[in-house]
Amino acid sequence: MSIIRYQSPETVAWTGLDRWNNLRDELDSLFDMPFWSNFGRQSQLFSGWSPALDLYQNNDNMIARVELPGMRKEDIEISLQDGTLTIGGERKSEGAEGDKAERTERYVGKFRRSVSLPTQVDASKVTATYRDGILTVTLPKAEEAKPKQIQVNVE
Amino acid sequence: MDTLVRENRGTRQGRAEHFITPVASVTEDGDAYQLKVEMPGVNKEGLEISVENNELSIIGRRALPPIDGTIIHRESRPENFQRVFELDPSIDTGKIAAHMDQGILTLTLPKADQVKPRKITVS
Repeated sequence: MSIIRYQSPETVAWTGLDRWNNLRDELDSLFDMPFWSNFGRQSQLFSGWSPALDLYQNNDNMIARVELPGMRKEDIEISLQDGTLTIGGERKSEGAEGDKAERTERYVGKFRRSVSLPTQVDASKVTATYRDGILTVTLPKAEEAKPKQIQVNVE
Repeated sequence: MDTLVRENRGTRQGRAEHFITPVASVTEDGDAYQLKVEMPGVNKEGLEISVENNELSIIGRRALPPIDGTIIHRESRPENFQRVFELDPSIDTGKIAAHMDQGILTLTLPKADQVKPRKITVS
């Protein structure tokens, strides 16, 4: 983003230029803030924590990858109902009572994300791993949803 | 006194590579500041932390294993993380400790001895 400075015709002196540049940097920097970068997704201010979720598929599996930094494995809940995968949990606040917060951008508390899966999956074979703050859920496709190759014999 | 850990947004180094700004929290106890930065997908090999002229620069590069399949829905961003903080000179930069766990970088920034709260007992 850039701001075009309004220039009145009688302005002659350019003494305040530095200050304007600073202001422009300040305004530019607002758009580098996490708040704005997340705006297109969901604003954390209005909806709590809504972790980014990516969905992949291959012939055998649907794979969901969710950014959940700083969780404990046992605080993550994964459920599957009527073709909807729900990932929820709670991030607990750390640190001692007497600590003074200087800057707080990290979200603490409950969250929930749901995604409706485009194909049927076998709920009994779902597996999940949690590493480097990334949750990966592998959902094997139900047999009837897998693409099938039909052999045609040409005589 | 104002905060000892200030964000430094004025420095725009490495504009060629695009970074996103990770969210961070700073807490203070008597002896140290604790800075926590969220960088999901980054492990300790992907970290570059440096202190120069009281400027603390953090870069986190993601090392996500590729997924075999086609993406059908994406919300995550592919860019790496970068954030720069300005440290007050009263922070003992020689004693900064770093710890990375499940995508959270925790930096402990100890205060120099002369600024630590001291209890004076009256005899």
